[in-house]
Amino acid sequence: MITYYGYKDGSGEYFISIDSDKCNGCGECIEKCPKKILKLETVMINLEDKLVSSVKEEFRRQIKYVCNNCHPDNILCVLSCKEKAITTIWNQER
Amino acid sequence: MTEEKKEYWRWKEYRKTIEGKDWKTGKIITAGIDIGSIGSKAVIMVDGEIYALGIIRTGSNSPDSAKRVLDFTLEGTDLKFENINYIVGTGYGRVNVPMANKTITEISCHAKGANFIWGDSVRTVLDVGGQDIKAISIDEKGNVVSFLMNDKCAAGTGRGMEVIADLLSLPIEEIGEASLKVKEDPPPLNCTCVVFAKSEAVSLLRKGWTKEKVLAAYCRAMAQRMFDLLKRIGIKKDFVVTGGQSKNIGTVSRLESLLGFKRLQVPDWEKNGKDPMVAGAIGAAIFAKALYEKSKK
Repeated sequence: MITYYGYKDGSGEYFISIDSDKCNGCGECIEKCPKKILKLETVMINLEDKLVSSVKEEFRRQIKYVCNNCHPDNILCVLSCKEKAITTIWNQER
Repeated sequence: MTEEKKEYWRWKEYRKTIEGKDWKTGKIITAGIDIGSIGSKAVIMVDGEIYALGIIRTGSNSPDSAKRVLDFTLEGTDLKFENINYIVGTGYGRVNVPMANKTITEISCHAKGANFIWGDSVRTVLDVGGQDIKAISIDEKGNVVSFLMNDKCAAGTGRGMEVIADLLSLPIEEIGEASLKVKEDPPPLNCTCVVFAKSEAVSLLRKGWTKEKVLAAYCRAMAQRMFDLLKRIGIKKDFVVTGGQSKNIGTVSRLESLLGFKRLQVPDWEKNGKDPMVAGAIGAAIFAKALYEKSKK
């Protein structure tokens, strides 16, 4: 399951997507994130609980600002993930 | 001022027991409780079939709303709370469903509910709730493939529609139809933000636009917003709409023309209880059955 955290507004679109099938909950991205916006969260897959990385609730509406420093080419959460479970969508229009 | 102000935004709360079903012959009785931002829904299932459902407005107190909607749904049945084997809580206020055996995100529940209501051909679910919009892509089993939620602002949501209904003094159930009375659609409102859209609507009314024309412009702006969100996850057929806005023909039909195809509808939902507005609660009750069976193994 791919979860898109973020939003599209008048200035562009800003999303962090995390694939819960690929994520193994190692926590590497949580450690590497300079703004500490990630945490482990329980999701249910085939009736089994699994711990996966997610964006903390309080940062989901501020992605454009908190993740600005890492974009476009030093996205630490993406680079730290060995499972390639994290990607970002970053289209700033103005 | 003696005249009482009418509450045009207020939609109807209702409960229903499905005819011809007897819970006493059932083996597993489960409940799904979906506490949304403005609506609370409960569904009771007997062996995986809908037995009763209820919808009320969410109050300021979530645990209380959960209890109220469940009591409301049980009313008129001779089923007691003690007869329910397993309860799953979901929705915006899911952490506040004290009687729930487990809580599950509303995304998973809407996916499962849509799969139950419309069958395994559904690939895209748009849930338009009271204060957020969710675009969910699902597989043939009703599992979530990907999802995207826009809860940054209330634009395009049920609450926005309530505000506009109130401004135009038209009952909320009628605004969809009213918006379709225009001969030709006006350009969409510039502002999708509820607060700005309201002031834009006021200025259009002053310019002499009819209520219907303003509504058409608002519904078009809302449809455009839903369309943009859907594009991000990719739109595959079959497509369905859940949540309160599934009943707003004004936005949904305009969204269909942007998509170039129609949504699946539910024949006889008033009889069989497959109300798209309770899709989340239906999904929760289905998960409740599966989890109960698993716990007994």
